Amino acid sequence: MTVNRLRFFFSTNHCIMHIHLNGSPKTINDSMTVAMLLQELGVPSTSVVVELNKTIIQPECYAATSLQDNDQMELIRFVGGG
Amino acid sequence: MLTIGGHTFNSRLFLGTGKFSSSAVMKQAIEASGTEMVTVALRRVDLDNPEDDIMSALNRDKCVFLPNTSGARNAEEAIRLAHLARAASGSSWLKLEVTPDPRTLLPDPIETLKATEELVRAGFIVLPYMNADPILALRLQDVGAAAVMPLGSPIGTNQGILTAFQIEIIINQARVPVVVDAGIGAPSHAALAMEMGADAVLVNTAISVAGDPVAMARAFAQAVEAGRTAFVAGMGCRSKQAQASSPLEGVLATDLGFLA
Repeated sequence: MTVNRLRFFFSTNHCIMHIHLNGSPKTINDSMTVAMLLQELGVPSTSVVVELNKTIIQPECYAATSLQDNDQMELIRFVGGG
Repeated sequence: MLTIGGHTFNSRLFLGTGKFSSSAVMKQAIEASGTEMVTVALRRVDLDNPEDDIMSALNRDKCVFLPNTSGARNAEEAIRLAHLARAASGSSWLKLEVTPDPRTLLPDPIETLKATEELVRAGFIVLPYMNADPILALRLQDVGAAAVMPLGSPIGTNQGILTAFQIEIIINQARVPVVVDAGIGAPSHAALAMEMGADAVLVNTAISVAGDPVAMARAFAQAVEAGRTAFVAGMGCRSKQAQASSPLEGVLATDLGFLA
């Protein structure tokens, strides 16, 4: 009974998540994918590299990769440099 | 012609893309320089400017992209950046930079050697930025560096070739191309490196922050060309004593006793 109540508690209250994006805390909706987040941020997916918990995510996997609570996500791109 | 990592380069001037006032100026400077290799850095996306993208200003058909690992303080960070660079560029070219001290930006020789070894094993074409240490240059080529990039003087200082003596030893010993990188502040510095027999030079700050970066890019292209031509032509030996350029025989002054 207690376990079921707990499950109910988490499933109803867990509709937002906290991740770290480029070193800063960010709140996102539950069940958000990498592709959805890039779209929300206005970042063209062709110009960036996504690193999730120190693993590079290939572009073809953006739509299938769901973000989890406490994920560490880095969005990296080329800039001018020597 | 210069070949690095199986790629042939007509131009021996490599260009850094940092610190240009605009993408348009950078683009024109790249064209004026005639370069076929440009370096870029990796940074976190500025989420306030999500569409800002240097790649759209660069022509990858004309230039090899050489991502650097600037910002890395040790081998582990450099290797992480290298993999991100390969994912972003789709190619294995890499300028390896490991600089633990932000004040001097001098490269860490031990971490650089470690990272070179591992990245070569992982299939990267590694061009390590290094201090002008001839023994380290040999060690780096032994573990598979595609070229070595000894510094003329610290990054962005415009001090020129302060390491000429060591760079000459590196050039004489190298089996891989030697690209003099960092500190080249004037076309004359670039020409000197080329006259010494360097295979190429990498210039950024001296061009990007010049009053007219496009004209300066052209000046560097001419200097690199002149220096290379002089090296190939064969430079005369240095001497501490004067050597007359005009014949010593049949001097009129002697015959006529003017100086007697």
